[in-house]
Amino acid sequence: MLRLDEPLSFWGGLDPKTGQITDVHHPQVGSSVTGTVLAMEHGRGSSSSSSVVLELIRNKAGPVAIVLSEMDTHILLGSIVAEELYGLFMPVVVTPKENLQNFHSGNVAHIDSEGNISFIS
Amino acid sequence: MTLDLSSDDLEMLDGRDGDAVEMAMRIIVRLAETVKAKRLIDISSAHIDSCLYHGLSTIDFADRLVQLGAQVKVPTTLNVSSMDLLHPDLYRGDPEEALRGRQLADLYESMGCKPTWTCAPYLLEERPNFGDQIVWAESNAIVFANSVLGARTDRYGDLIDICAAITGRTPDAGLHLDANRHASLVYEVGHLPSSLFDHDQIFPLLGAFIGSTTGTQVPVVDGLDRKQSEYRLRALGAAAASTGSVGMFHVVGSTPEAPTLEAALGNNAPQDIMKISIEDLQMMRSKLTSSTGTALGTIALGTPHYSIDEFAILRSHILGKHKHPEIDFYVSAGRDVLLELELRGWADEFRSFGISLVSDTCTYFTPILSNTEKPAMTDSGKWAYYAPSNLGIEVIFASTADCVTSAIAGTVVLDESIWANEQ
Repeated sequence: MLRLDEPLSFWGGLDPKTGQITDVHHPQVGSSVTGTVLAMEHGRGSSSSSSVVLELIRNKAGPVAIVLSEMDTHILLGSIVAEELYGLFMPVVVTPKENLQNFHSGNVAHIDSEGNISFIS
Repeated sequence: MTLDLSSDDLEMLDGRDGDAVEMAMRIIVRLAETVKAKRLIDISSAHIDSCLYHGLSTIDFADRLVQLGAQVKVPTTLNVSSMDLLHPDLYRGDPEEALRGRQLADLYESMGCKPTWTCAPYLLEERPNFGDQIVWAESNAIVFANSVLGARTDRYGDLIDICAAITGRTPDAGLHLDANRHASLVYEVGHLPSSLFDHDQIFPLLGAFIGSTTGTQVPVVDGLDRKQSEYRLRALGAAAASTGSVGMFHVVGSTPEAPTLEAALGNNAPQDIMKISIEDLQMMRSKLTSSTGTALGTIALGTPHYSIDEFAILRSHILGKHKHPEIDFYVSAGRDVLLELELRGWADEFRSFGISLVSDTCTYFTPILSNTEKPAMTDSGKWAYYAPSNLGIEVIFASTADCVTSAIAGTVVLDESIWANEQ
């Protein structure tokens, strides 16, 4: 799991080719989201975020799942269209804010088909 | 709370209108279920942001829709492209990317979208009416449609915009619903000297402050003593939608759903009332300015695309003058507005001052600027907010008049009197 300290704007904040956080104002600049369960409180919805999420998934540089405490339809649409176009699945899970506070980078998370999150370590 | 689809929706979902409509409807229904919409509603226009190139997947998506026979069902306009399609020589980026941008443009045009290539669709001849349900993407267009026109669009982004245009349907949720359009946060400005609001540059600063403090709530500005012009409201909204996620705002006495403060609040008590101070506005001005020296390389205006009103103001500053040879001066605008400039004979006046008129795209994300080593000056809160991270350039936020004075001097010249007099 990669737990972001601040919301990330996918457009302008992340390189969809490499999965690296490029926003110089973000505390986790330089970290890679690739292959992680990416957890943050909410998105920073630029209208282009959906396209960037889709491109990230196509490049296989995306997270395996995104966990938010508020649904972000821009992120969700990137995930829905990736499934339509490429059959690639990257679930977006919404969990109460209190839960999110107990998530830490480095945790190993298990997400079931109902969106329940448990931790293996 | 379950989604109740009409028989027409179900038939579209079942392939009655072809494979493209079926796919678009499937995406819309999944969104509608997530946002817990009770139904879908008809829309009367769409504005598409998906036409900006972000990688091969954006082409794959448009190409799949075209292959499946997609055609838009409602009048649909296109937001900016990744290049100036009318003046391609202004483009300084990777030629391969330019080719892909052009390919994406062709795909959207072939679905029946109008090649408007502007982020200011509300300046086009056919603008939505009060109460119209529409699907617009691009944050400044959304906030203008909701706040200034009283049309209704949620905060849409890429991918869903074209699905709605193809089906003519969208989830009945968010800012489409009465209850979500009422303000819950009041920003008081009545105690500030009214002469402060004689200056256009106050409005993007006010917007930037509101955007950075509002979250996803709907704000209302109270205390302005006269009806504000469209271009000022637009600058406020564009800045608020850049520094924050504002999709709608009210200004009491100026925007159509705010004849009174009570109306804007839907007769509810506000969650919070904030008194804006001059220091708040000055703080925003510093945040939108990353360069404090006098070095200057570029002036960039027209974010969002300049209107005729704004060109008239700019014209009053530049007539009979010439910019400094070492300063580049760009103004971005839509094709219709540029045509109007030609018809009025103004375009030659701007060119003779030394202005490059840019259409179809915007200078804050496209490789157009020839000098990103030296700082740029802008009258746009949106440009000032995004350009430093997109282009790696230093920026100075200033009034339109300061932009012209500095362009002539070849160095940063700021008129500080508006702040000095108010303290």
